[in-house]
Amino acid sequence: MSESIFNLTWLIPLPPLLAFFAIILFTNRNKRLSSNVAIGAVAVSWILSWLVAITFFVKPELVEHPFDVVVPWIPTATTTFNMGVAVDAVTAGMLFMVGFVLTMIFVYSSGYMTFPGHLDPSLNTDGLDPRYSRFFAYISLFATGMLGLVVSNNLLMLFIFWEIMGLCSYLLIGFWFEKKYPDPKQITPKEAGLKAFLTTRVGDVLLMIGLIFLYIQAGDLNFQTVFSGDTLQRIAESTVNLPFFGEASWAVVISVLIFFGAIGKSAQFPLHVWLPDAMEGPTPVSALIHAATMVSAGVYLIVRMSPIFVAAGHGENGAMTFVAFIGAFTALFAATIAVAQNDIKRVLAYSTISQLGYMFAALGIGAWVAAIFHLLMHAFFKALLFLGSGSVIHGVEHGHHHANEHGDHDKGFFDAQDMLNMGGLLKRMPRTGWTFIIGGAALSGFPLITSGFWSKDEILSDAWANGHALVFWTLAIAALLTAFYTFRQIFLTFFGEPRSEAAAHAPESVPAMTVPLMLLSVFALAGGWVGIPEHFPGLGALLNNPMGRLMGGQAEFYKLHYETLPFHVFPVAVSMTVALGGILLAWLVYGRKPLKAGEPDPLQVWLGPVHTVLKNKYYFDEFYHATVVRFARWFADLCYSFDDRWFIDPIVDGVGRVGRWVSNALRRFIDEPIIDGAVNGAGLVTQAAGSVVRLLQTGQVQNYLLVLLLTVLVLLAMIQFV
Amino acid sequence: MAIPLTWYLILAAALFCIGFYGVLARRNAVPILMGVELMLNAVNINFLAFWRYVRPEEPVGQVFAIFVLAVAAAEAAVGLALIISIYRTRKTINVDRIDLLKG
Repeated sequence: MSESIFNLTWLIPLPPLLAFFAIILFTNRNKRLSSNVAIGAVAVSWILSWLVAITFFVKPELVEHPFDVVVPWIPTATTTFNMGVAVDAVTAGMLFMVGFVLTMIFVYSSGYMTFPGHLDPSLNTDGLDPRYSRFFAYISLFATGMLGLVVSNNLLMLFIFWEIMGLCSYLLIGFWFEKKYPDPKQITPKEAGLKAFLTTRVGDVLLMIGLIFLYIQAGDLNFQTVFSGDTLQRIAESTVNLPFFGEASWAVVISVLIFFGAIGKSAQFPLHVWLPDAMEGPTPVSALIHAATMVSAGVYLIVRMSPIFVAAGHGENGAMTFVAFIGAFTALFAATIAVAQNDIKRVLAYSTISQLGYMFAALGIGAWVAAIFHLLMHAFFKALLFLGSGSVIHGVEHGHHHANEHGDHDKGFFDAQDMLNMGGLLKRMPRTGWTFIIGGAALSGFPLITSGFWSKDEILSDAWANGHALVFWTLAIAALLTAFYTFRQIFLTFFGEPRSEAAAHAPESVPAMTVPLMLLSVFALAGGWVGIPEHFPGLGALLNNPMGRLMGGQAEFYKLHYETLPFHVFPVAVSMTVALGGILLAWLVYGRKPLKAGEPDPLQVWLGPVHTVLKNKYYFDEFYHATVVRFARWFADLCYSFDDRWFIDPIVDGVGRVGRWVSNALRRFIDEPIIDGAVNGAGLVTQAAGSVVRLLQTGQVQNYLLVLLLTVLVLLAMIQFV
Repeated sequence: MAIPLTWYLILAAALFCIGFYGVLARRNAVPILMGVELMLNAVNINFLAFWRYVRPEEPVGQVFAIFVLAVAAAEAAVGLALIISIYRTRKTINVDRIDLLKG
């Protein structure tokens, strides 16, 4: 019975796809119907996902026989691309998370997508966004992409769904494409969408090259084939001579190229620049695509491809070290930027980059299970935080409207996302506030009760136990900063006195938005309990780490390194200290003496120029503008000159000129004298003959009769006398 | 047989020539039509004369003569109609001036 449930797997991505077409083609005139179609479809997917996931969870022995079904798809000359779905422990875990988070965010969106403030209010007919239906169509298509990516059993399908998500990300970041800001340097949604699409494209192209190499080497892109011992051995042993790098095994080349795809999608250094600007999209999109699902697809890809990374070796130049380095560096780097941001969503965006860096660092040091654990937990609490911030923004925007209706018409630009304009919102929005605090505590890794603590602690313990001291301390400092900026955000937003009229009048959001928040906060807290290490005093024995057992079993099936770690006090103590220390620091700076309206951020006063550098994100945007963008423009200009001025156009013009000259000559020497002469001559001869002969034609019938008579007489005479 | 065949033929030829002369020489379209009638009747005389003198047992000549009479009547009707029609558009029936086909 349970086996047959897996036959439903291929159905999981379908309902949202059908909803997409249904909305685009039929129901788009009716906004409420469209949102209900989308929510209904994704709910079906959710139920199917949980059926499949839970069936897998209750039968842990299935890790030895992952479900895999294949149908032929594209026949090529000698081989066939297959299409299929597979379910193993990782897929099951992802399905569990993705199905639930998708549904929550769809429901939330139905409440969130009200009439946006930047449009002319006279267009407001029903209080909903004018493109409400289109929004649901896009996120339905996105849901197809994410669910499809999770269940596919080969890299080709995975790549296709990966790109579908990239497309949806572009469309949704630029969803309010007409929005403009008074400051011309502030990025608009349209530009942000392009930036995201082009930046991830860098990674995607490298990923595709990696997949092509893998296909050449392995002969197939099916996970089963790729991860078979033979293939792994072959790509680990066959080497290639690279320019600049010297000799490297194919496994290293392929895994580094694939990792670049993940760097782009998961916004890791140096391709991290698009994610903070992606916050220009509607907040549910930020929560769904740019926090919980699409950006974690990069991590998922590396989790999937881990056997190849392991085959590439742990050596000094191994791909794993590269992954660990990029991950740990990004974790710290993004956390420092997040400290100095004032936009509520940008703080979360940098925190997402930082947490994804955590996962890559974990994968890089071989903590496969811990990375998956953190990936799932992070998705829950980061989706919660983003949705909470959306609810806050909504409330502040409504408060702004409300304040403006009563007298003092402040027509100046009001930034509803600036935390310095908030404060004291816990009283105005208790449900949003408390769930946000739960999410924030989980992100900070508040000890023992939150999911974030357990997942982060597992990564730190793993790093410590396996002797990666550098990674350990980098991540520990990043965790300290994480706790600090998270609680800075909480204190600035929810505590103290309101620092603007808008914040003082902010109402609580509708139940369609707060109920998903509450459901997600359950997972943000309790989700982590499934992964408490066995050897943790007390709690470990109680709950027995089902997560670790399941994923650990799967890791062994893929011949990855996994061990149940003995309990060390030191990493746990560090992990608790940094979490609580960060929270304490934040309280000292922002909680004890809340910021008053108009006061500068104390951090700005103390850190001075350092703060300016952090606030400007280490000037990475400026740097890329000065180098990559300028180079691209220069190169495009060069191509233009090459094309239009120097080479191609002159050739085309030259060909045209020669053609004109030749035809001119033909006209003058052949066409005009010979052909035209003949034609005109024939006409002239005819005309001359006609002008002579016409004289016979008098038009007088009697003349004709006379001629007739004469002719008859002549003929008669001839008959008579000849 | 008091009157020989030749006399009839000479009469018919004279009649034909008078008719043909009228057709060729007159300017007015109506006399031209009358000239045509004379020519047709000259032919009729020939038919009857030859029937009577050459092969009286078969009435072929008579039948032809009757045909010619009928056709001549139709021809006169159509001809006069054409003349009236020409008169209406050109205000003349002088055949010297009816020369649309002049080259």
